[in-house]
Amino acid sequence: MGILSRKATCNTHGQDSSYFLGWEEYEKNPYDEVKNPDGIIQMGLAENQLSFDLIESWLAKNPEAANFEREGQSIFRELALFQDYHGLPSFKNAMADFMSENRGNRVSFDPKKLVLTAGATSANETLMFCLADPGDAFLLPTPYYPGFDRDLKWRTGVEIVPIQCTSANGFRITKSALEEAYKQAQKLNLKVKGVLITNPSNPLGTTTTRTELNRLLDFVSRKNIHLISDEIYSGTVFTSTGFISVLEVLKEKKLENTDVSKRVHIVYSLSKDLGLPGFRVGVIYSNDDIVVAAATKMSSFGLISSQTQYLLSALLSDKNFTKNYLKENQIRLKNRHDKLVSGLEAVGIECLKSNAGLFCWVDMRHLLRSNTFEAEIELWKKIVYEVKLNISPGSSCHCNEPGWFRVCFANMSEETLKVALIRLKMFVDGPSSTTRSQSEHQRLKTLTKMKVSNWVLRLSFQDREPEER
Amino acid sequence: KSQQNNNNYNLLNPFEETRGAKMVALTAEKQDHNLLSRMAAGDGHGENSAYFDGWKAYEENPFHPIDRPDGVIQMGLAENQLCGDLMRKWVLEHPEASICTAEGVNQFSDIAIFQDYHGLPEFRQAVAKFMEKTRNNKVKFDPDRIVMSGGATGAHETVAFCLANPGDGFLVPTPYYPGFDRDLRWRTGVNLVPVTCHSSNGFKITVEALDAAYENARVPVKGLLITNPSNPLGTTLDRDCLKSLVKFTNDKGIHLIADEIYAATTFGESEFISVAEVIEEIPDCNRDLIHIVYSLSKDMGLPGLRIGIIYSYNNRVVQIARKMSSFGLVSSQTQHLIAKMLSDKDFVDEFIRKSKLRLAERHAELTTGLDGLGIGWLKAGAGLFIWMDLRNLLKTATFDSEMELWRVIVHKVKLNVSPGGSCHCHEPGWFRVCFANMDHQTMETALERIRVFTSQIEEESLKLTKQMAKKKKCWQSSLRLSFKDTRRFEEGFFSPHSPVPPSPLVRAQI
Repeated sequence: MGILSRKATCNTHGQDSSYFLGWEEYEKNPYDEVKNPDGIIQMGLAENQLSFDLIESWLAKNPEAANFEREGQSIFRELALFQDYHGLPSFKNAMADFMSENRGNRVSFDPKKLVLTAGATSANETLMFCLADPGDAFLLPTPYYPGFDRDLKWRTGVEIVPIQCTSANGFRITKSALEEAYKQAQKLNLKVKGVLITNPSNPLGTTTTRTELNRLLDFVSRKNIHLISDEIYSGTVFTSTGFISVLEVLKEKKLENTDVSKRVHIVYSLSKDLGLPGFRVGVIYSNDDIVVAAATKMSSFGLISSQTQYLLSALLSDKNFTKNYLKENQIRLKNRHDKLVSGLEAVGIECLKSNAGLFCWVDMRHLLRSNTFEAEIELWKKIVYEVKLNISPGSSCHCNEPGWFRVCFANMSEETLKVALIRLKMFVDGPSSTTRSQSEHQRLKTLTKMKVSNWVLRLSFQDREPEER
Repeated sequence: KSQQNNNNYNLLNPFEETRGAKMVALTAEKQDHNLLSRMAAGDGHGENSAYFDGWKAYEENPFHPIDRPDGVIQMGLAENQLCGDLMRKWVLEHPEASICTAEGVNQFSDIAIFQDYHGLPEFRQAVAKFMEKTRNNKVKFDPDRIVMSGGATGAHETVAFCLANPGDGFLVPTPYYPGFDRDLRWRTGVNLVPVTCHSSNGFKITVEALDAAYENARVPVKGLLITNPSNPLGTTLDRDCLKSLVKFTNDKGIHLIADEIYAATTFGESEFISVAEVIEEIPDCNRDLIHIVYSLSKDMGLPGLRIGIIYSYNNRVVQIARKMSSFGLVSSQTQHLIAKMLSDKDFVDEFIRKSKLRLAERHAELTTGLDGLGIGWLKAGAGLFIWMDLRNLLKTATFDSEMELWRVIVHKVKLNVSPGGSCHCHEPGWFRVCFANMDHQTMETALERIRVFTSQIEEESLKLTKQMAKKKKCWQSSLRLSFKDTRRFEEGFFSPHSPVPPSPLVRAQI
């Protein structure tokens, strides 16, 4: 249509990719243990649904916060009017503390350097608006979260140039890959403004190593560019070889208060750790005053609802709660992760060794007809339509090797995970489709009684947009 | 400077302005700032304007009837605080509307994970019904066309991204809401082309003015943005005018964006006619060009909850705006609360009725007071403010004089009001004065201060008259203000705080 903008008529929002088509299929035929046992099981949604009970019991014990009260008085009116883009001070303080706690208090966050945004989606876009002009580029290691194509590029006019990572070394970021990406950008006449990493990684589920972080800091230092570390999954690390934030490495290298420290920016959100994507809580953390000032003003376009800020400030200020939550959440994630990994191993499918995230990076290269992306899509379609599992093909994450898939495990009950593994086993072992559904039905019958509270209630919509990461 | 700003401000390509600012930044600051975008280094956010002086004065010395009776009274904040009691009562009586209370927690996890950019169906349905109600049920709204945004602020930016390319322009009748300079231009690169309106005809938008602005625009014009009811005027557009605007935009093949954020703030005899109603009466109207921006911030007094709405008659715009809404969805917790609240028909009816009554009362209080003091104001029947006429108090009919008068009002009379120049008014001497964000006592105090101010001016002018009479010269109608110790503030002082400070009526302990 000639009357709309170029942004409105292009495809940079990325929603024509296969990643989203899997969603559509799921929406048409969603699995339900009782009502639709042959439906598609959603394993393409990186949501954390394992620990709501912890939050719900906190709410039950804290009626004042739940009722928007303070010292017996309703503060609803104050909240209704509060639209200061600096955010609720108590919320920012609680958030800064929570982020520090998530890093074992090895680094501390200054609430004055925090900017509140409507989810990490908005945080990432806002950082692009602040750090890059249209036509500039950011380097991103592959594979990466498909949503970045929209969040970083769509309305900002910024380009993404991939840093190719391969399974040869566990998809680690190498110096040569960094240099290669930079050269590639120059060939394309793109000015590189920075590097953006996701740590822990989506879709890999691995934490960035100290070596990689040092490498990245050296690189951005030499090239005089920015480093954005999207740490949205920082609270999903479930092993003791934990998460190292880039801020920790800055501290270790005694680079705090230097020029390079002003070019390091963190993005965070409560959508994954606390499983609250609906609340739209994102954060930018920067040591650069101008970035903080500009991003704060830009947050006007997507402030966090004051009632949400208030609720979360009460929740996160409760140190007993946060300590217990982080610990328990990690135990549950590990448990679920291990079940998926061992289930896959049992059918001869390996995963990239991971220690974080809400998903596994699964190696199905040996199931490909040929070492091509066409074969990957073919396999993916089989898995969606025949095995009835919606998983994410590596190509949608810009992986440069065919055969890898991201499979989520934290958005379903244990029973559903079992069903998914059974289906996969059958697919790999290769029985006919009728036999497959028969034995699946038998399996279902023999499963022990399920608690209703374990079931994830689904709201069904048409054309649902996957907001997940 | 302010005069210059007024004439050229809107027509400048925002990148030109920021480039200028960038030069300053480069020379004055370290090399590092070269690393940021032009957008971040520039001042397209609009907050370096001298008009933030008033906010600063208020923040440094906010009025409180007991603690700070000599503080600055905030009359520059267009908020509807008159029905907060009704709201609070409803919330207390409906714990199931919260997902945190014992009555509502069973919905917690479903709502907490809900991030679908279509929004909760019940939220959209309730908002559609509310929009119908505030337009006297004369028109129907389709819930599937309701797209969420981060307040009307987010809605305007998103609409600009959808309808215009960087360098394009939107026509905007003056005077207009100062926030448009940022919301429509900053990150989008879109320009604003003013359509000048004059006090001689009550600031009505004429086709002549539209034609002139369109013909003389130095950028490709993509649409016309109107605010109806108007901010800062408080006037509503009549049916004929609305029809002519639809015809004008249709003829030119450009968009019509109607910001109807003040829809339910009409009082007295005033009637609000939505563009939605008018297009039903134009059979060959190209509806692909019609869009409405709405919000619950004014009508319901809930700016903190960030409920912005884009309603477009263009299917493609609905689709794209919906994808863009990912950058500013309404918190699901809030969607849930609002869905419940707006579905309560009795509550909504009572709220709207009482809100209008209270607005009318408070408006009458202010205007009666001003009438008694011989201060003029534009006759209007909506909004949370009045458009006050102080042209006869200007030394000269210039924006510099207006600025001078404004500084006296802020620092001497201690009222933060918004000068017309900040709203890009073509004529100096007009001021927007808000009345719905304060209680009765504060209003009385404000009126008393205005009374004292005008009587001081009368005394001064009497003295002057005597002096003039001695010299046998005619008494000039323009009065000289000779208040001493008028503070001087540096132009462009950057206020460290948000331009929207916490509301004065309730000093939050939060």
